[in-house]
Amino acid sequence: MAVIEWIRFLIGGGLLLCGLAIFIIEIIGVFRFRYVLNRMHAAAMGDTLGIGFALLGLIVISGFNFTSLKLFLVIVFLWFSSPVSSHLIARLEVTTDEEKEKHYDIISINDHDKGKT
Amino acid sequence: MSRKVSEEEYQRTFSYKFSRWLEGDEIFPCDDTVDSKQEGIRKENVRRDEKLLRRRKEREKKNLVKRVYDLEHNTEIRIFRKIYRIFSVLFCVFLVAMLLTAVSALPDFGNAENPVNNEVAARYIEKGLQETGAVNIVTGMILDYRAFDTLGESHVLFIATCTVLILLRNDKRNEERSDRIHEPKNDVILQTVARILVPPVFIFGIYVILAGHLGPGGGFSGGAVIGAGLILYLNAFGFKKTEKFFTAKTYRRISFCALACYSIAKSYSFYTGANHIESVIPLGKPGAILSSGLILLLNICVGTVVAGTMYTFYVMFRKGDY
Repeated sequence: MAVIEWIRFLIGGGLLLCGLAIFIIEIIGVFRFRYVLNRMHAAAMGDTLGIGFALLGLIVISGFNFTSLKLFLVIVFLWFSSPVSSHLIARLEVTTDEEKEKHYDIISINDHDKGKT
Repeated sequence: MSRKVSEEEYQRTFSYKFSRWLEGDEIFPCDDTVDSKQEGIRKENVRRDEKLLRRRKEREKKNLVKRVYDLEHNTEIRIFRKIYRIFSVLFCVFLVAMLLTAVSALPDFGNAENPVNNEVAARYIEKGLQETGAVNIVTGMILDYRAFDTLGESHVLFIATCTVLILLRNDKRNEERSDRIHEPKNDVILQTVARILVPPVFIFGIYVILAGHLGPGGGFSGGAVIGAGLILYLNAFGFKKTEKFFTAKTYRRISFCALACYSIAKSYSFYTGANHIESVIPLGKPGAILSSGLILLLNICVGTVVAGTMYTFYVMFRKGDY
């Protein structure tokens, strides 16, 4: 049994470390990028994948019980809310940005389809 | 072991370069989109312009003050301004001295004989469950022993919202200032998510309010959760939908009813407590949902007031007409 416990602990710890690494990358990205959408891209990574890994690690360590169910619900809630809020911020940025051409190329959907075929 | 390094030596180290890179001062070789030299010149120009503009504004302001108060001829104001400066400094010094003496006279932190460690806290812990019937001691303290404070807090919240309503209300004349004309945004992603998430949020908030005397939670936190759910719903579907069940009139009525209920319930227990009459409300079995006397009712009252207040603040601050 001790071996199984150890394996579980190692898997959980590995997942937690993965999550932390993604968080570090996210923070560097948030500080380093200059434009809002770039920064949001970096931030969204931590809010979904990073927190997913970290909480999954905690679920594995804590085992199958009521606490892990609550942690799972936290993951579900965050995966709902974080992408939606980033979507709204991105939409606001696109509608209010006055120097669009400076910041990114604008491709309409029709052009995109033409390029593909 | 640490030793001091000279400035030049420090600039050659890795940590210096890394911090520069992190702050975005130094452009990496691969980042060839920005011409660094031109950027620097442009920045300097902008800075100089800003300085000039600021200086001119300051001068104009000074002239304006001079003209309005007529400083050359009005001796009263001139004397008043001098005295005002002296007295403000004196007042600050006095205040600082008073506070510092008060702090120095405080008892040592963590001393066992401090007035903080009296029999009240011990009594709360020992007899809290017996006397209030609430498993959660904190709720028992807030809504039973110290219910008078909580009543005041709820009233402060209500009065604050009333003030905000008076200050920020859009009257009929400047209707175009209301940002309701931009509603609804019809964002499909947000609407779908709100349709899925809002009911669980409401249910969770109601659970937090109702289980306030059994575990962590209570009126304030549960009310905040429900208020957040209302705000999400408003953002997704616009005022037309929320107006069907929540307007300023509803808010006023709900708050009035909740606060009146709270006041009456608490007056009853104050009256019985002061006159040593046995309360007719049973405490019930600890741990059951219908237990601990009036605490459940008070939690519901506080929760409704807080939820309505959160929502109203949001609506008022985004210039939404009610």
